[in-house]
Amino acid sequence: MNQPPTLPVFGPIPRGTPPDEAAARLAEIARAIRRRDVLVIAGAGQGHIGGDFSAIDILATLYFAVLNLDPADPADPERDRFVLSKGHCSAALYTTLAAFGLLEAAALDTYMRPGSKLNGHPDRNKVTGVEANTGTLGHGLPVAAGFALAAKLDASPRRTFVLTGDGELEEGSNWEAMMTAAHHGLENLTVIADVNGLQQGATTVATTALAPLADKANAFGLEVVEVSGHDHRALLETFNAPPTGKPRFVLAHTVKGYPISFMSGNVAWHHKVPGPAQVAQILEELS
Amino acid sequence: MNAELFDCRVAFAETLIELAETDERVVVVVNDSVGSSNLAEFQRRFPERTINVGIAEQTMVGVGAGLALSGRIPFVSAAASFLTGRATEQIKVDAAYANTNVKLCGQSPGMGYGALGATHHSIEDISWLRALPGLTIIVPADPAETSAAVRWMAAHEGPVYLRVSRLPVPNIFDQTYRFSPGRGRVVRDGPAATVVANGVCLTRALEAANLLAEQGVEIRVVSMPSVQPLDEDLVLACAAATGRLVTVEEGQVSGGLGAAVASLLAVKRPTPMRILGVPGVFAPTGSEPWLLDHFGMDPAGIAAAVRELL
Repeated sequence: MNQPPTLPVFGPIPRGTPPDEAAARLAEIARAIRRRDVLVIAGAGQGHIGGDFSAIDILATLYFAVLNLDPADPADPERDRFVLSKGHCSAALYTTLAAFGLLEAAALDTYMRPGSKLNGHPDRNKVTGVEANTGTLGHGLPVAAGFALAAKLDASPRRTFVLTGDGELEEGSNWEAMMTAAHHGLENLTVIADVNGLQQGATTVATTALAPLADKANAFGLEVVEVSGHDHRALLETFNAPPTGKPRFVLAHTVKGYPISFMSGNVAWHHKVPGPAQVAQILEELS
Repeated sequence: MNAELFDCRVAFAETLIELAETDERVVVVVNDSVGSSNLAEFQRRFPERTINVGIAEQTMVGVGAGLALSGRIPFVSAAASFLTGRATEQIKVDAAYANTNVKLCGQSPGMGYGALGATHHSIEDISWLRALPGLTIIVPADPAETSAAVRWMAAHEGPVYLRVSRLPVPNIFDQTYRFSPGRGRVVRDGPAATVVANGVCLTRALEAANLLAEQGVEIRVVSMPSVQPLDEDLVLACAAATGRLVTVEEGQVSGGLGAAVASLLAVKRPTPMRILGVPGVFAPTGSEPWLLDHFGMDPAGIAAAVRELL
């Protein structure tokens, strides 16, 4: 087993960095986040590592290369907003916030322990950088629509990004909010669906089929973009693309548990906790 | 008491317009409920600040939270039954748990929709929402209390639920009335018993006091618009002063104003009580006044409940 990873604080990648260079740095940051995330979950003995690993490339891209967010001034009213609607992937968010410099790294070791501010689902009143309380599915998108409406009312350039799971899109509140966002022309809103094809107990196909998801979002009035959710350069270009008059729906194709050999696409890893040998293997595969 | 009757919804809408004129942060969020919230004039004056999300209550409350977290003061207004029933979890998570500055305004609460029936009645809202920490719950009795509550809500930082009554009521308070959370008010005094009421039931409690006075029984009547937090000091003082207490509310008795008062007294000062409200049933078909009478919240019924304790 290689050395237990410490998590450096990475600064935002400067705007104007050549895309290939930015993507290479994002890959490095995402690998560091995954290496720390597995220890957070193994230490707590609970968490949702499969969904964390499917979302971490998206989180890293947003925080380090997309969001107009200064870790030294996280309360700036003109900051871009990010809402993690799939709140069960809180360890991925907390680890990303620590890598970004918004959360002290030592706090990660308290994840889900009694009295910790790092609850299993994020609480904005306890953790700087958390913009909304989520965990019950289908809450993030309506709140994000409120953020986007407020920016429009303020004639502000600030943008809002919300990350949902794909199984989460079975909640009707998402579709209410997409209708509202499209009706109000919220081009400053980007909905990212982490489409890993798996929910808690089975595939989305076996549970309640979502296909054709792109057609549905398009029919609801959103601009749909399909992208690999693990391709940092493609994510970067998609998230930073100029607005088109419609809210954007990014259908991010991901693999639950990515890129770990024994977790990838395996539904058992929704909230299974890796044991010591598996932690060692995960760290080895991420080295 | 002036016999002329007034609509609290008018006071609500006029006060919101007055606030919006001087405070750019004030917006309304509705679920196609401009009409049922009496906000047509607000919309005419402030079209940009009238956000209609469509018939989508979960989104309505979530959007309200997002607006609040962006520095706006959103008054989220819809029929009380749909606002508190369809979006209960958004009220719990996005307003109360997240502690956002959302002002939830339940229109035509209680049995305000009369013969439209149980789907439209909001007799559960207070019971549901009292379980939420940090949520202030206000049930005003007349236009002045409604206006004062709206002004306080705009100035207060934090989530609030307000009932905006539909049944016309006489003016009980004048325009100098100021709302304070956790504060009730003695509206009429007497030693025999205390009647604690709010919403449209306060008028009926005062009429009951008149009936009892004609029979030589003088009672205290307390207006209790602040259900959460409750005015515990005033309730305990009334229990000490009069030794008997009746509560009257337009809602289910399980978990409402009466339950809040009873929980307090049971622990701190056990006192003979009667709790008037809807006794654990869905209401039959009828107008709002007829239903209030039907459930014993007419002046004679309230007076009879007091007499049972004497």
